[in-house]
Amino acid sequence: MIEIRWDWIASHLDDVAEKTWQHLQLLVIPMVAGFIIAFALAVLAMRRPGTVGPVTAVTGLLYTIPSLAAFAVLIPITGLSLITAIIPLTTYTLLILYVNTVAGLRSVPPEVNEAADAMGYTRTSRLLHVQLPLAVPLIMAGVRVAAVTTIGLVTVSAIIGGNRFGGLGQFITEGLQTDFDTKIYLGAVGSVILAFVVDGALVALQRVLTPWARARAERG
Amino acid sequence: MEQLVAFLTEAANWQGETGIPNRLIEHLAISFLAVLTASAIALPLGFYIGHTGKLQLLGINIANIGRAIPSYAVMVMLLPVMLALAPVLGYDPRLGLRFLPIFLAMVLLAIPPILVAAYAGLQEVDRDLTESSRGMGLTERQILTGVELPLALPVLVGGFRVALLQVIATATIGAFLAGGGLGRYIIDGIARRDEGMLYAGVLLVAVLAIGTDVALSWLQRRLTPRGVRVATEGGVVADRPSDA
Repeated sequence: MIEIRWDWIASHLDDVAEKTWQHLQLLVIPMVAGFIIAFALAVLAMRRPGTVGPVTAVTGLLYTIPSLAAFAVLIPITGLSLITAIIPLTTYTLLILYVNTVAGLRSVPPEVNEAADAMGYTRTSRLLHVQLPLAVPLIMAGVRVAAVTTIGLVTVSAIIGGNRFGGLGQFITEGLQTDFDTKIYLGAVGSVILAFVVDGALVALQRVLTPWARARAERG
Repeated sequence: MEQLVAFLTEAANWQGETGIPNRLIEHLAISFLAVLTASAIALPLGFYIGHTGKLQLLGINIANIGRAIPSYAVMVMLLPVMLALAPVLGYDPRLGLRFLPIFLAMVLLAIPPILVAAYAGLQEVDRDLTESSRGMGLTERQILTGVELPLALPVLVGGFRVALLQVIATATIGAFLAGGGLGRYIIDGIARRDEGMLYAGVLLVAVLAIGTDVALSWLQRRLTPRGVRVATEGGVVADRPSDA
């Protein structure tokens, strides 16, 4: 039967910490890069509504490509450097982040925008100080889905990452190759736990970013 | 690029067990079988939740958990279990290595989108319509099959679209666990440093996924009743960007 060697895990905590750290790096770098691109495209969508269709189609196409294919495609070019994982991980975040940011910016009621205009806000400062804060709930909903998806995809990237990348997923690959169940479960359960922890942290971040929502909830 | 063309034009790569047609059939067979199995579980439960409004919390929770747990993690966690159960339940250990963990992970992954589409599709149907159907004397079964289902069909196809795409992607990963399908070319291409094979795998898998997506989005539009189509097109006007 399946036996989990807790003593092995206890004596390899530094390895667990190192791979968790890499998992987080492969989460944060693509998320930040993806958010900058998606946000720029969403701002463009507010000025030029005609761009929404084509941008959604292209990011949707990138999102449709099965993950293993996306990770494999760069191997002959960038080899086993982190870039091989970071580029596809970034393109996978684009659709979710873009669609939610556009929906968030558009959810601002017209009378709020008109009030801001009447108060003399420029288009840029209205975007940053009025529309963006009000769009936070929808943007954060997108960020949460993208983050959880990315954590799962980092695990998959270990299939082609050898001993170079894949975060906690590397435990899975090593466990499969050496027939060591403890490593398989450590990698699989570890990446699921990481997803729940990061999701919880993002919920907390959203509360900090939208203090008015909390005040409203407390007033009832 | 030359290696890719060479691989795709080599006659031997279009024949036998390792040929492209057979790998494509393997990929499609396991994907459709997984979605069918998932439907058998998710559709009745989803219709029940959508029609009666009961067990909604269960539906939402299944959807959320399904989204958070990656298919690859499920697959590898099932592998030792399937291998350990092989002598107990009396199936070929190779089935536990090659087929069952991949297949079960695909089924589990396909359940949430179909379940959510089934109950959300029914819930979106206008309450007035079901009430007036009931007033006209239709039975609950007639309301479900004659009113709710036709109106929910586009949403339902949308759920199948998501499920099928995820399942196709997971079948690709399954090649790493000695599974068949088009993912074999990617895994073997990397192992043999055969760029032609690797790129052929990437191309075929991408074309399969994108083709499936295009076909089902076409079906989704086709199945939308004309009245509903007009109504949503009218809705786009209200959706005008606030800057305009």
